[in-house]
This record gives sequence, C-alpha cells and structure tokens, in this order.
Amino acid sequence: MKFDKAAGENTLFDNAEVVGRPTHRVDGPLKVTGTAPYAYERHDVAEGQLYGYPLGSAIGHGRIVSMDAEAARNSPGVRAVVTTLEIDPLEKGMNNVARLFGGAEVQHYHQAIAVVVADSFEQARAAASLIEVEYEKGDPEDYDLGAAFERLQGSGEMDTDTGDVESALSGAAVMLDEMYHTPSHSHMAMEPHASVVDWSDGDRMTVWTSNQMINWNHGSLATTFGLDKEKIRVESPYIGGGFGGKLWLRADAVLAALGSRAAGAPVKVALPRPMIMNNTTHRSETVQRIRMAAGEDGKLTGIWHEAASHTLPDGRGENATAQTPYFYASEAIRTKHHTVSMSLPESADMRAPGEASGLMALEIAMDEMAEKLGMDPVAFRKLNDTQVNPSNPDQRFSDRHFVECLERGAATFGWADRNTAPGATRDGQWLIGHGVAGAYRGALVLPSGARALLEGGKLVVETDMTDIGTGSYTILAQTAAETMGLTLDDIEMRMGNSAFPVSSGSGGQFGAASSSAGVYAACMALRARIAEELGVEEPEFREGRVIAGNTNRALSELEGEIDAVDSIEWGDFQDEYQMATFGAHFVEVGVHAGTGETRVRRMLAVCDSGRILNPVTARSQVIGGMTMAVGAALSEDMALDSGRGMFANHDLAGYEVAVHADIPEQEVIFLDTLDPVASPLKAKGVGELGVCGVAAAVANAVYNATGVRVRDYPVTLDKLIGGLPPLG
Amino acid sequence: MRAFSYEKVSDPAQAAARAAEVEGAKFLAGGTNLLDLMKLEIERPAHVIDVNGLGLDEITETDEGGLRIGALVTNTALSADARIRRDYPVLTRAIAAGASGQLRNKATTGGNLLQRTRCPYFYDTAQPCNKRAPGSGCAALSEGAFSRQLGVIGTSDACIATHPSDMAVGMRVLDAMVETVTPEGMTRTIPLEEFHLLPGDTPEQESALMPGELITAVTLPAPVGGEQKYHKVRDRASYAFALVSVALIRQPDGTGRVALGGVAPKPWRSAAADAELPNGAAAVMAELLGGARPTEENAFKITLAERTLAAMLAEE
Ligand SMILES: Cc1cc2nc3c(=O)[nH]c(=O)nc-3n(C[C@H](O)[C@H](O)[C@H](O)COP(=O)(O)OP(=O)(O)OC[C@H]3O[C@@H](n4cnc5c(N)ncnc54)[C@H](O)[C@@H]3O)c2cc1C
Ligand code: SF4
Repeated sequence: MKFDKAAGENTLFDNAEVVGRPTHRVDGPLKVTGTAPYAYERHDVAEGQLYGYPLGSAIGHGRIVSMDAEAARNSPGVRAVVTTLEIDPLEKGMNNVARLFGGAEVQHYHQAIAVVVADSFEQARAAASLIEVEYEKGDPEDYDLGAAFERLQGSGEMDTDTGDVESALSGAAVMLDEMYHTPSHSHMAMEPHASVVDWSDGDRMTVWTSNQMINWNHGSLATTFGLDKEKIRVESPYIGGGFGGKLWLRADAVLAALGSRAAGAPVKVALPRPMIMNNTTHRSETVQRIRMAAGEDGKLTGIWHEAASHTLPDGRGENATAQTPYFYASEAIRTKHHTVSMSLPESADMRAPGEASGLMALEIAMDEMAEKLGMDPVAFRKLNDTQVNPSNPDQRFSDRHFVECLERGAATFGWADRNTAPGATRDGQWLIGHGVAGAYRGALVLPSGARALLEGGKLVVETDMTDIGTGSYTILAQTAAETMGLTLDDIEMRMGNSAFPVSSGSGGQFGAASSSAGVYAACMALRARIAEELGVEEPEFREGRVIAGNTNRALSELEGEIDAVDSIEWGDFQDEYQMATFGAHFVEVGVHAGTGETRVRRMLAVCDSGRILNPVTARSQVIGGMTMAVGAALSEDMALDSGRGMFANHDLAGYEVAVHADIPEQEVIFLDTLDPVASPLKAKGVGELGVCGVAAAVANAVYNATGVRVRDYPVTLDKLIGGLPPLG
Repeated sequence: MRAFSYEKVSDPAQAAARAAEVEGAKFLAGGTNLLDLMKLEIERPAHVIDVNGLGLDEITETDEGGLRIGALVTNTALSADARIRRDYPVLTRAIAAGASGQLRNKATTGGNLLQRTRCPYFYDTAQPCNKRAPGSGCAALSEGAFSRQLGVIGTSDACIATHPSDMAVGMRVLDAMVETVTPEGMTRTIPLEEFHLLPGDTPEQESALMPGELITAVTLPAPVGGEQKYHKVRDRASYAFALVSVALIRQPDGTGRVALGGVAPKPWRSAAADAELPNGAAAVMAELLGGARPTEENAFKITLAERTLAAMLAEE
C-alpha cells in the first residue's frame, strides 16, 4: 500500500472501536508470570546449550601483543576458547562503528577480546579470568570535549544557516550567550545484551537474541560472518528494554556465534553488567554553546546553536542541535554539530538521539531568555511558536499544537500560582521551585510490512516488528482487529522473527506509526483477497462478519486459509511537510536548603503526537521517558576516567538511574490530535517525546527553587551548595 | 568465581578454629557482599565457613542496661526491634537509610561491619588497587581518575576509599563494642572506634580482627537519650551509598555527639569535635575534618558535611 496522500475524513480509525481504547498489554500475563521467553532463557529452542563468557579489554586503546589462554582451556568444563588474535578482524555490520571482534587492535575499553565456552556459566566465567593478556597501550589521548569545542567552534560549513544570525545577535535588544554540558549516558536496559546462537555446523545460523531491529541485525550478521542471509534466522520476540542500545548487532551475538562454531554446540552469551557501559554503545557527552537574540517584544530574532560530541572515527556522535532549526520561530538560525574523534567506547543512538541532549540545553536557554525579557516562560514560548519550518518557511508542519500543550499544561499544573521569585518559597527546610520546558521530537516513518492470515475466523498477523516493552503486540493486535472488524481475542500476533515480513522495527519513535500502518496495509490486502474469494465488491467488515449486498457471512465460516502480505510505502508528499511531535513538561521540585539534595515532587506532561493508539501503553511510554529524564537531570553520568579513556562507574551502583523513591506522581495528558499526513491511522510515535525537554524542566525548577543556575548536567548537589541561601 | 569448599560448623568457637586452620577461609553470613565479590573474582576464598544457625541471631539485654546484638541478627530485625527504636533510634534510622528492604533482610550485623569499600576501581579487576591487590597501586589517585565518591580524611597515599556502612556510623555514635571469639576459643571486646583500621601503607588490612577471629556480637551501652538523627545525603533518594552521612545525638543542653559516614575509611568521630557541638556545625567540622585531604572532585564533601549538620541542628 502506498500512502501517497493525506488520510481523509472519517476513515475507519476515526470511528474506531478497538484502536484508541485503553487496553492492557496483551503480553502482560506472560511477563508478570515470568513466562515470556527472553533471549537468555530460551532453554528449549536448541538442545545442549553451552555457556559463553566474554573477556573485555583492560586498556582503553592500543594493541594486544599476546594472549595466553592455556590455563583457561584446561580449566574444568571448558569446551572452547576463542581469542581475538585467532580471528581476522570481522567486517562491520550496518552502523557498527567499533569493530566487534577480531584482530589485535583495541579501540575501546572492554572491547570483546575472547569468549570462553563451558558446560556451566560459573565454569566459563572462572576460566575467562585465567586468560593472560599482554597489551601495548596507545599514546595518551585528550578526552577534553570542552577544549575540542573551543578549537572547532565556528569552523566548517554550518548545518543550518538561515538569515543573518550575526547581525541579529549584534543588534539585539536582549542577548544570551551561554555554554551547556551534558555527560555521556548509558541505556542500561534492565535486560543486558544477550543471545543464544546455534552455528554448530558452521553453515546455517540461528540467533535467538534481544534486538530492536530484526532485519538490520539479520543483514549485519550476514556481513559480519560472510554468510548468505538465507542461511541465518533471527528471533527476538521479547526484549527487556532497548532505548537504542539494541538497534545494532553487538558483541553478545558475535561471541555466541564464534563460540558455537568452535564448540560445535549452541552457545548463549549475556554481557555482564560491568561490560554494558564500555562494551556496548552510549549517548555521547555534549558541549553546547547557545546564542539567542530577541527584540523587546520577546520575539526571537536569532538562534545560533553549536555543539560537539565524541565518537570513534566515522561515527555520528550525538547531534544536540537536531531540534533547533525547527522548534522556535526565528528569521535567523544557525546550527553546527562537530564530531570529535576519541578512543572511547562507541557513541551512538539513545532514546531521542539529538533532541534529548539538545533540549536539555535549549530549554534552559529559553528559560534564561524569558527571565532576561521579564516574561513568563510559558508566554515566551507561546509567542515564539511557528506553524512553518523556520529554516524553510515554505514547508508547513503537518500538524502542530505546541501552544495548546503549553496552555493545557499551565492550566492543569496551576502554573499561575507557581513560585515566581527564585528562592522565595519554602516548605520547612525545602526550597520549592517550578519549571517548564518544551518538547520536540521528529516523527520519522519507515516502510513496514506484515502478513495477515485468516483461518477459522481467527486472524494471525506475522511481522518482524519487535516489542521492546513498548506495547507493539497490543497496538498491532488492536489495528488488525479494527481493520478486520474482529475483537482482540480473535487476533494472534507473531513478531520478532526474520522469517516474517520486514517491518520498521523499533527505534527513533518510528515503530508505532510505521508498523501499525504496515499491519493495516496487510489487513486491507486480506480484505481484498476475501472479497475476491466471495466475488463481492467493497464489502464491510464488522462484528466478525463480511457484508456486501446480499452476502453476509461470518469470517469464521470461510473455508480454508486466506492470506495476504503487504507493506506500507511512504509517498513523497510527506516531504512537503515537517512532521514532528510536541509536548510541554511542568515540574515541581524541592531542594534541601542545607544539603542541596533535589527531589522531584510533581510532574506533568502534555503531548501532541497524533492519534493515540492505546492510551495505556502510550502513557507507559511517556512516564518511562520522564523517569529516564529525571535520571539525566539529577544523577546519571558516565564518569569518564580521562587517564584511562574509559567510563569508571560501570555498574548500576555507580551509574545512578532514578529509583522508585525519586519518582513522584506523574500525570500525562494527550491532546486529542490527528495528523493525516503522518500515517493512514493519523498517528505518530510518542516513546521518545516523553524523554525530551523533561530534564530542562527539572533544571529550570531547581533554578526557580534556589536561584542557582546550573548548565552542567547532572544537577547534583555539589553544583548547588555553594550558592544556596543561608540556613534559616 | 573460583571453586571453593563449603563447611557448616556447630558453634562459634569451632568456626573460628576452623577458619584459622584452613588456608584462605572466609565466613559466610548473609552473603550479600561476599558472594558478589566472589562472583567478580575480587574475593577468592578457597573455603567458606557458614556461620548461620549458630544461635548468634538474638538481641538480649546486658547487665549494664544496654543491648547485646548477635552477629547474625539481620539489619531488618535490628532496625525494627522495639528496644532499638525506642532507646537507640539513630541506629534504626541509619540502617533503614542503607541498601534496600530485600538486602537488609539478608544482611547481618557482623557482615555489615566487614562489608568492603565501594570504590569503583576496587570493583574493576583490570585496574590497579592496593586494597584488592596489595602493591599494585591506587587507580583512584591517578591523573584523571574518578574520585567523587571517595574519602577526604583518614586516607593515605596508598588508598582513599571509604567504609560504606550506614549501620556502623549509627553504632559509632552510640559507642558500640564488638565482641569476638578467637581461634583459641578466647573472647575479646574491641571498641568500634578501634575496630576499623586506617589504610596507611596496608589498605588491605581493614579491621582489628586476627586471622580466624569471629564476631559474635555488638554491644550497645545503656541508652544515652537525647534527640537522635541520621541524615544520609546522596544523589538519588534511595539505594545509593552516602556522599556524606551524619549521625547526631543531641542532649537538651546542646551537648552531644557527631559521627560521619561517607568521608573516611571508618565511621568518623572525635571527642574534640563532639565537645564543639554547642558551638555549632562549623566548629564541629573544623575539628572533625580539619585535617582533610580531598581530591578536586570530592572537596565538596567538606562543605556538605558542615551544611548537613547545620541543617540538622536548625531543624525544628
Ligand atoms: C546493592 C547494594 C546496596 C547496598 N547499599 C548499602 C547502603 O546503602 N548502606 C550500607 O550500609 N550497606 C549497603 N549495602 C551493603 C550491605 O549492607 C552489606 O552487603 C551487608 O551488610 C553485608 O552483610 P552480610 O551478612 O550479607 O555479609 P557477608 O556478605 O556474608 O559477609 C561480608 C564480610 O563479612 C565477613 N563476616 C560476616 N560475618 C562475620 C562474622 N560474624 N565475623 C567475622 N566476619 C564475618 C565475611 O567473611 C565477609 O568478608 C549494600 C549492598 C548491596 C548489594
Ligand atoms: S582508593 Fe583504595 S580501593 Fe580505591 S583503587 Fe585506590 S587502593 Fe583501591
């Protein structure tokens, strides 16, 4: 199905009975009873599974001179040891920047350099520690991103350059010029990267893994091992969190494959928690400079956002300026992202790549500008809203209700009654503050396919789409039920398998909109097939029946199997529009006047992201994003050891994500919006919008509480105590 | 984890005797620290002696009007005990500020005192660490290292790690004593003040226990009354070790005691600092942290300790 013009009025989904209804996730019972099969627990899929345990490099970069695995090979229960020196450097799969295995070169700390395969996990782990490695360390490197930014700023061709930013800034009535910093962030999904691989015969390979993108993974495995794609099957039906950390092939699957070939048996490998930070990918640290100009009336006249992030050579880093060309109206906008090559673990995508870090800075800058202008920060944002892409004014937004988000949020939160003077509201020893921030995240869509199969009135839908905890099983079942006039009980979803039609996969918040359209396309194709079978024209499908003229049959009465495969293709007409999702976040914090401890007291998100396919799972996405952002605002920080070129706090005790006690009442409001350009369902994603802007709302609330402006995340107490008012 | 042998003994003295006899033996109590460290190859005992089930899990009254807490009393049981809550509330508050409910159900009094540091380099066996591998150097003191959580006082050029316990800080401010049995079957009593050792040149030696010596109990003297508080400061609201923690006992006349956690290789307290309490937080901290040698990353702990105490004193 080609989506080549905006969805019309009164489509199937505008009168929906299943889509859009609050529905608990269909896979919930499996998850809460511990019976959903996650990769490492696929005990039943292949006989005689062995355990693989990885060894990570002990240096940040350099070369391996020699490895002695003799003791490990002779250790009890050990079946095979594969060291990196025995294997030629493996080809890199799609979007892999660091090499995953093979050869003597070490590009980053905890790079996989060996796998030990044994009868038990404990035996493999004990043996891995017996491998002796001699290294030659690389030359010391400079990991100072701030210094790199100083050197690079202003250089190169700008990414966006609309209007005359320099004169806007020089002649401005009100001007801001500040530096911001966000540290590196780790995805830290609950489920570590894990795979079971059967490549016993060195020919056909089956991979049971935890991966967001089946098709990309499939292709990368083929490239990495020089195999024909036909010889590989990939399954990933359940994923315990991804956040972008499982978009690509990673070392778990590679080591399990090599171990399996060496041992001649299926092998499972999970990356131990301490390796997640330095072996897998992370969101790069960013250094950002924002300059803004405005007239006395509060209208922005110029924005110059320049940023830097680190990456291994040829990587993309974290483009913190991603939102700036589009979010606020301004005649002059200039942006530039500099990537800085550093021998650190690979930086890559993490939930809302670009916008998440960019808005952490931009939305503080907006707060600062509002204050300079003497304006309410909500009013200032409303004033600078735009319905067209400011860097390309001929392009309209397909559907944008940012102002409504701010207005609904302000009214619901009680913004009018907030603390206005920094440091002026107290509750015992706690200083109380309120903050707001805007949220912006692009609404990308990708082609997505599915197969729909009707048998005895039951509908089976097969697609390689994944559910990374987001609720895809549920929203796709809802979409199928709606399209076929069935109920949820009539639908069986089969997902996450390379044997099924290729979908969008899960990432970049493109999954929900793309894959629901793909399932819709497949079901429409099935409807056409059924019409053909019955020899009727344009039948209606409702209440389990197919109705056309004199024909009125229950789907369950149709004989045999009828199936159809289709996928959604996206038409060029979408390029005429800028498609994005919007939100406003409101936060109340308490900051302890003595210790500077910050505790979030209230959070509200208002989201504009098109049709909400399921308010229950969508809300979970948004509150999950808000929770992640509280961590980013207040505690998450991959502590860089600049002498060693590694992240030192590499476990969940050292890398502090928000815990239950950090998260207060969270309220989420979805505006009742529809975006006919975005998809046939008029839906857009929401999973990444929830993390955007929230951290800045927290930082702004801390400023409002204390009068201390922190532009260097996380906003920890050591950055506050110097400026807190005397204890009273 | 290395292969090890496992043994269950029938009484405390036998446990101590066996521990001295078998090379590389370790006691196993709740296992919440020891087993983690064994999995990470930081501890590699060849022999494990299980000290559960030896009758060391009771809290009894002493002739002096205090309490004797068996070494195997869990943190949950101890913090919930009615006598502790009534007469030693600072201890309940300190314990409840640590770890999580599940961990406290397993963690024991003896094990808690002997839990090892949370220095990130101690946990990374690829890095030098004098405490884990004596003589290998201290990664935390090298150029560019991450030291935000580490100690500011009582540290040495060989090691700047802190002792991470909250319970021990509460016990220190209460003048607790540690009771032990030696491999020879003798009992002895060690004031908590002298129980944890400063690192000096030998950071691997962390306590005054002799090889094989088993903790049997911790005793608390008769209650001292007063207002008793524990404020643990950290970056998130729960489930994190202290950046700084302050245990305070204040009498109605303004005198009292102060002990700090999160700043030193042991609970940090001094008589001279206690004597300054009537003069306020700055005076106390001038005494208590006067000799501090922080790193650039953790110098804030000194201001933080003072502000935390000041806030506790100012609380209504
Ligand atoms: C995730 C996590 C978070 C935590 N957070 C905190 C926190 O915030 N605050 C805090 O204070 N603690 C915290 N802890 C540490 C916890 O309190 C300790 O792990 C626990 O108290 C150790 O007690 P155990 O009985 O399990 O000791 P074990 O692990 O059994 O033993 C620890 C050590 O003590 C020795 N030992 C045990 N009993 C005796 C005895 N009777 N005589 C001689 N030696 C003995 C053992 O040989 C071993 O060396 C945390 C732990 C974890 C895992
Ligand atoms: S501070 Fe102590 S524990 Fe940490 S690395 Fe140095 S010696 Fe080891």
